[in-house]
Amino acid sequence: MQLTINGEVHNIDVEPNMPLLWAIREVVGLTGTKYGCGVAQCGACTVYMNGEPVRSCSIPVSAVGGMKITTVEALSKDNSHPVQKAWIALDVPQCGYCQSGQVMAAAALLKRIPKPSDADIDNAMTNVCRCGTYQKVRDGIHVASGQKKLEDVLAQYDASTKTRG
Amino acid sequence: MTKNTENTNMLASASRRDFIIKGSLAGGGLMLGLGALPDLALAQSNSKYDQNTPMRAGDPEVNAWVSIKPDDTVVIRIARSEMGQGTRTGLAQMVAEELECNWKKVTTESPTPGQSLARKRAWGEHGTGGSRGIRISEDYVRRGAAAARIMLVQAAADTWNVPVNELKVDKGVITHVPTGRKTTYGKVAERASTLTPPDPKSITLKDPRTWKVAGQPYARIDTANKVNGTKVFGLDLQLPGMLCASVKSCPVFGGKLLSYDEAKVKNLRGVKGVVRINDSTVAVVADTWWRANTALNALPIVWDEGAGANTSSSDINKALRDGLDEQGDFWQRKEGDAVGAIASSNKKVEAIYFTPYRAHVNMEPMNATVKITGDRVEAWVPTQNGEGSHAALSEATGIPLDKCEVYKLDSGTGLGRRGSTQDFVSYAAKVAQKYPGVPVKVIWSREEDMTHDYYHPIAMAKMTAGLDAAGNLTGMHIKVAGQSINATLAPMAIKDGKDERQLQGFYEKGPDAQLGYQFPTLLTEYVMKNSHVPVGPWRGVNTNQNGIFMECFMDECAKAANKDPLQFRQVLMQNHPKHLGVLNAAAKTGNWGKPTAPGVHRGIAQFMGYASYSAAVAEVSVKGNIVTIERLVFALNCGHVVNPYLTREQIEGSVVMALGAIFNPEITVENGRIKQQNLDSYPLLKLSSTPRVEVVLVPTYDFWGGVGEPTICVVGPAVANAISAAIGRPVRNFPLYKENLSLA
Repeated sequence: MQLTINGEVHNIDVEPNMPLLWAIREVVGLTGTKYGCGVAQCGACTVYMNGEPVRSCSIPVSAVGGMKITTVEALSKDNSHPVQKAWIALDVPQCGYCQSGQVMAAAALLKRIPKPSDADIDNAMTNVCRCGTYQKVRDGIHVASGQKKLEDVLAQYDASTKTRG
Repeated sequence: MTKNTENTNMLASASRRDFIIKGSLAGGGLMLGLGALPDLALAQSNSKYDQNTPMRAGDPEVNAWVSIKPDDTVVIRIARSEMGQGTRTGLAQMVAEELECNWKKVTTESPTPGQSLARKRAWGEHGTGGSRGIRISEDYVRRGAAAARIMLVQAAADTWNVPVNELKVDKGVITHVPTGRKTTYGKVAERASTLTPPDPKSITLKDPRTWKVAGQPYARIDTANKVNGTKVFGLDLQLPGMLCASVKSCPVFGGKLLSYDEAKVKNLRGVKGVVRINDSTVAVVADTWWRANTALNALPIVWDEGAGANTSSSDINKALRDGLDEQGDFWQRKEGDAVGAIASSNKKVEAIYFTPYRAHVNMEPMNATVKITGDRVEAWVPTQNGEGSHAALSEATGIPLDKCEVYKLDSGTGLGRRGSTQDFVSYAAKVAQKYPGVPVKVIWSREEDMTHDYYHPIAMAKMTAGLDAAGNLTGMHIKVAGQSINATLAPMAIKDGKDERQLQGFYEKGPDAQLGYQFPTLLTEYVMKNSHVPVGPWRGVNTNQNGIFMECFMDECAKAANKDPLQFRQVLMQNHPKHLGVLNAAAKTGNWGKPTAPGVHRGIAQFMGYASYSAAVAEVSVKGNIVTIERLVFALNCGHVVNPYLTREQIEGSVVMALGAIFNPEITVENGRIKQQNLDSYPLLKLSSTPRVEVVLVPTYDFWGGVGEPTICVVGPAVANAISAAIGRPVRNFPLYKENLSLA
């Protein structure tokens, strides 16, 4: 079986019912994509199939075929994607465990809707975060989309880029 | 159960191993070597991508807290665990403040429990729960940093042979003022490390009001690898030759493992074997975790479910309800004759409240990786208590502590589950014993994690108060019935049948969880009603339900007295100026007393936990049975704010966890087992339901309080009181679908 992940073709010999998530994590060895629930509820396992976000825990590897898989490791080479930049500038992540999925979902949203409204964000960002970073996730998307200035968002928290160390 | 490592004298020699994690951005893989020294590039990649690198033996250090490299890199040792709460950054800021080093040069590493044991606990306690990471260690950490600064400056003075009082230091650069000569910390660190440290007690710490690095909204020092998948969590470890395992315990707590049919799974692909961990838990071991878990689900297992199988939620709830009517020696605070005062009052107010079991649902499921080679044990653990994990390893394997080592990994949240309960470490150790020399990564499936938790305890309260003709409160009787955390985890803490911990927040005295009201008469009682369901600490612990009981009831009393809820509280808080201070701060920012938008109603609440004072004002609108939270304002006095930005994030996070707890379906018991198995039946709050949170920080600089937990206990009552104001009736049964309410 072949899987095309992040532009690289991997020949893998696995059971056809192995979920894509576990093929990515345990066979190919890319561990940025996380296991959170295994039943497509939490979104920690979000990857792209032909550019569309999917929950890889619930897709058997046999269903992937020739579709191109993109994982969080390939979102950018150097944390330069606007979502990553906003996430770092605002310290969106707390523990970080779900953030691979949050970042992938947010980047997919911005590709589909470059200037998302709050309602668009509500609808698209269904990933679960147990730290409760949602307020910063929303801020981060607004900053990444250019709809809000980083300084304005930081000012809401009595901070500025100058006082962030 | 954790052991106290303080009194352990088994140590023969330092148990130090070089340990390297390399996160490779390009390949996304993980390489890990043991026993080799890293090259410079690897060391740099460590500092860039893994702030939790265990401390390396042999690195020069100024003292236990600070190591400075020749290139002026300042390595700060952090003993507490990081699980998203920002303790690493906050502690580093406090060290940098007293050290007067260059923040841009700061990185961190973690002393291991083995290293700590070898050095007579030079780093103090490792445990990170109860919102204690900073407040309990701030004094010795700051003194350690100040001592390092004094030694570094003295080393420069010795080098130049000049009086130390002619030197000044700024951002790691030491200047000899008369001559303008300069040197850096990196250049004098080695000499400094040979000096006799000053007596920590002799050091005068900086006045926090003059802080320049601490107290600032600095960025987290460990964010970069959380946005590109390179941060290595316990679940992500890949060690050479590693096997994986999935575990299953008897679905009914207290039940036993009778038998299993290994033959049915042993030929499945990748399966290495089945391991009986203890008399109620079994594991399947395979080359990958998915194969192990798949085989475990296919393994025929015969359980003796035991007596617990006869118990369901209705039984547990009934026992609690009965407990509220029981008479006995349950009192904990008795001030005057509250029962008599209430009975003879003009008006009596009574209400019964219910709060359910809750699961932790750490997004990173329980896991640990253990390798046993000969008489040595190594473990890689996402833990809130490194020393607790260390003790659990030794206990499970029978190998002495000084032959055990724990490499802490940052946790995908902890929330209280990875601290005093170390079952996930013990299980991994038991499995690894069957595979000598092989690292075994044991991961719990989400289903196992959810159904074998130590749950937030279930509780009910009967609250009774009296009012005189003028509407003044005459007495308060608080009677709580529910499960005891100490009965599950620390029975020795229960004194004469009285378990003070379950009445957290109703205490007469501080500093941790003092009741903010001076009632004319008061009686508090706790009726212990345990079941076979294990319970444990869950962010905010018993302040969650006690805050709801107290503060929802205060609103009921205010309404019965025909008084404003804020003014009704203020009258009773005159002896508690700090409680009153945050309440007033929240009320001011929350526009209490001013008109609201049409259809919008306010609620207010205050409570104390973890040595910090919290208050909240909520604005809600209710259409039909749908609640929309229009505004949430919090005030927090945590004494000192080490990082205001990250403090605000903790408050935002506490809101999400609390709102989920008051609105989302609860954990229930059916035929002895937990009915909810995954996020489809036990959903967590999502972004679309999360309101914006406004925070007012009002530190008074005269105590040290916690941050991670305190505000969680005022979310529920503030929102519930606003809902009650909106719908004209009290809400008492949580979660609120029982009151026919759901969150928009």
